[in-house]
Amino acid sequence: MKEYLSNIYLALYTIAVGMKITFRHLFIPAVTILYPEEKVVLPERVRNRLYVNMDDCIGCDQCSRACPASCITIETVKGLPTEDLGKTSQAKKKALWVTRFDIDFAKCCYCQLCVYPCPTECIKMTDVYEFSDIRRSNLIYNFSTLTADEAAVKKANYAKFEAEKAAAKAAPPKTEN
Amino acid sequence: MKTERMTLNVGPQHPSTHGVLRLEIEIEGEVVHKVTPHIGYLHRCFEKHCEAMTYPQIIPYIDRLDYLAAMNNEFGYVVAVEKLMGIKVPERVEYIRVIMAELNRIASHLVAVGTYGLDIGAFTPFLFCFRDREKILSLFELTCGGRMLYNYMWIGGLSHDLHPDFLRLTKEFIEYLRPNLLEVNNLLSYNKIFTDRTANVGILSAEKAINFGITGPCLRGSGVKWDLRRDDPYSIYDRFDFDIPVGKGTYGTVGDCWDRYYVRVLEMEQSLRILEQAIAQIPEGDVQSAIPKKIKPPEGEIYSRVENPKGELGYYIISKGGLQPYRLKVRPPSFVNMSVMDEISRGHLIADIIAILGSIDIVLGEIDR
Amino acid sequence: MLDTIIYILNIAVPLGFIIPFALFAVYFERKVSAFMQDRLGPNRTGPRGYFQTIADIIKLLQKEDIMASAVDKVLFNIAPVLVFAGSYAAFAAIPFTSAYIGSSIDLGLLYIVAVSSFVVAAILMAGWASNNKYTLLGAMRAAAQMISYEIPTVIVIISIIIIAGTMNLSTLSEYQTSSFYNWLIFGGPDMGWKKFAIIPFAWIGFLVMYISTLAEVNRTPFDIPEADSELVSGYSTEYSGIKFAMFFLAEYANMFAVSVVVVSIFLGGYQSPFGYLGNTLGISWFVPVEQFFWFAAKGIFFVFVQMWLRWTLPRLRVDQLMTMCWKYLIPISLVNLLIIALIMVL
Repeated sequence: MKEYLSNIYLALYTIAVGMKITFRHLFIPAVTILYPEEKVVLPERVRNRLYVNMDDCIGCDQCSRACPASCITIETVKGLPTEDLGKTSQAKKKALWVTRFDIDFAKCCYCQLCVYPCPTECIKMTDVYEFSDIRRSNLIYNFSTLTADEAAVKKANYAKFEAEKAAAKAAPPKTEN
Repeated sequence: MKTERMTLNVGPQHPSTHGVLRLEIEIEGEVVHKVTPHIGYLHRCFEKHCEAMTYPQIIPYIDRLDYLAAMNNEFGYVVAVEKLMGIKVPERVEYIRVIMAELNRIASHLVAVGTYGLDIGAFTPFLFCFRDREKILSLFELTCGGRMLYNYMWIGGLSHDLHPDFLRLTKEFIEYLRPNLLEVNNLLSYNKIFTDRTANVGILSAEKAINFGITGPCLRGSGVKWDLRRDDPYSIYDRFDFDIPVGKGTYGTVGDCWDRYYVRVLEMEQSLRILEQAIAQIPEGDVQSAIPKKIKPPEGEIYSRVENPKGELGYYIISKGGLQPYRLKVRPPSFVNMSVMDEISRGHLIADIIAILGSIDIVLGEIDR
Repeated sequence: MLDTIIYILNIAVPLGFIIPFALFAVYFERKVSAFMQDRLGPNRTGPRGYFQTIADIIKLLQKEDIMASAVDKVLFNIAPVLVFAGSYAAFAAIPFTSAYIGSSIDLGLLYIVAVSSFVVAAILMAGWASNNKYTLLGAMRAAAQMISYEIPTVIVIISIIIIAGTMNLSTLSEYQTSSFYNWLIFGGPDMGWKKFAIIPFAWIGFLVMYISTLAEVNRTPFDIPEADSELVSGYSTEYSGIKFAMFFLAEYANMFAVSVVVVSIFLGGYQSPFGYLGNTLGISWFVPVEQFFWFAAKGIFFVFVQMWLRWTLPRLRVDQLMTMCWKYLIPISLVNLLIIALIMVL
């Protein structure tokens, strides 16, 4: 009998306590914000879409090797000794034409492992997170500044240069004697 | 009276199974006779994939095991590799790792408590718990840029040092959370309907728990005082003063769902204590000084375990001296904890199955890897 | 001819009240639940989200009416209509104001309880016809729940009849005139020691009746039939489009019906707690309008309490629900009945 009455009392008491809490919360202002009119201010270290500054990129392939998801694809062509490829912002001479620098953001896991190995700090994480697209192929970003024709020209030039060097190597030993 | 046994399928798409889990239950009317969990819907070939990646590259994948407590996963892996390589990290790194692990423990327990209330039918505590979790996630975002998956603890150190505002904001958070825990208790834990739903349901005796290999809050809910931070200390946990809450059978028998749930609520309070002590004692230092240039562990194998919010998380690494591990095996706590599901749900009703599953607190990312 | 028009008007007036009320109640519930959970609720469709329910109804109306091939077609189609009809028919005996009541029958309360049983049969039909293990379980639980909880309701109604002497709701409302201390929850208008002796038992009766009517309309903590986290959506899982909208609207109409019945019995129905503005100002035609306002306000307040309970409490398990009814509510209401009868006889 005692347990019966204590059950009733406990039920009413705990329910009343719970109701008081929810009633109090009726008057507490909302903690949500109205996106997209108001947006949360993101901290500086946030990790969203990558950005590559191609002026500084020396084509060393470190970021591509560090990526655990294999989402960066880099192809380079060696520049001819006569060509001037420009300098990085730290005034270092560049030696490689970067003909292809693709990052597939569908594969990227935003882990930031590619940012650290870069010797010129040209690959960085920005705070852009609203870049969804309808097509998956649109998520492959091409950062290279050379068009396909130019890239083909550079490749052809280098192939020609290599062929000439190989020919010159084959020829002079005859004239030395 | 001849009754018929029906086989019912709960999941894999179900609002209450904490992920993609399929439970095949054999019921007679409303009474359950057998529960068979079917897993594997989230299998991502993690362990095989690790054999092709270097040790630092594995860390983003380790995050994705128990995605609710990613810092603890990383902690375990990093401690294992550092033991294998014999690296000693600076003091500051140790303290920061403990702070992050305890914050993530609170976040994981908040999800457990909130979703447990949702399973039982109380909608409001879920939202309150997630509002508090948001504050923890924004603390993490401030430090390393990620909210749920961090890639923060590196082998030999950390990826970033603490943000200058971090300690102040964490202290404010501790003051903020204490009254909110009391509110969750009043709203959910002591509510008569909730205790009637969870007390005397899914009773797991201490002996059975030890025999099955259960660890974590499920084991402590059955009355066994076993916590790896106290009994097999790793990192600097032996410097902190905190209690190990165990289930006492306040509303029913020892080892029922209410005990397991309440142990998690009490653990949040203890984590706040550890946080306060760690913040008070943290020294200065360089967090990246002990990171080796090339992570190439010597030949050997190691099994190292840490206390995940869900139980004992173990890493078994075999290294043949190369840049990639030869074999990496994870001992997930949820996988072992779920093996007891059939045993403790015999004879209960269908509604109790959901309550029991919620109290064991599984994460499918860990079970299926 | 005039008679038929009057009959049709009599039918249309409560419908004209319920449907806007259901639209309002859905919006109200979402806003109340949002504010209790520290968030905002719908606020984009229309100013402050007022048109949200209309948007929902338009969406439901234009959805494809999917019917699995193995369902029992007749029962599947009739069930939602019957659920709505059951909850709507109860409005015939409820006095909205002193000037309008759908049908002033002397068996008002008995009629309301009887007609609510349609809903039980309809839910069983819905669960069985969907040919689905989950819905069948949900429907059986719903039937067990609703049948059991009618008993405490009827017992409390009997104790009220002993005090007031009539089952006609409009006479009952007139019985509790002139001021709030004449309401039955404060003992009724009979002066003397009996009035004060009844007060605690009237409160107990009120609580028992409120809880059992909460179980009648399947609201948390008694919403096993629609337990989202166990059986997806219970008996209405297989329904889509307008049929689902009927279940939806019927639930809110039912909520209002039972809260208004409780109000009419215990809290004076459409009577105002203190005088009428129309009487003091001399415009006597204004009084029914005021009464309607009080009626709606009290009804909406109790609907708010129902929503408040939903968002605070977890759900009861089936056997605990049955225990609560048979072991707690029924004995308490029987003892209550005996004591009230004793007091009235002395």
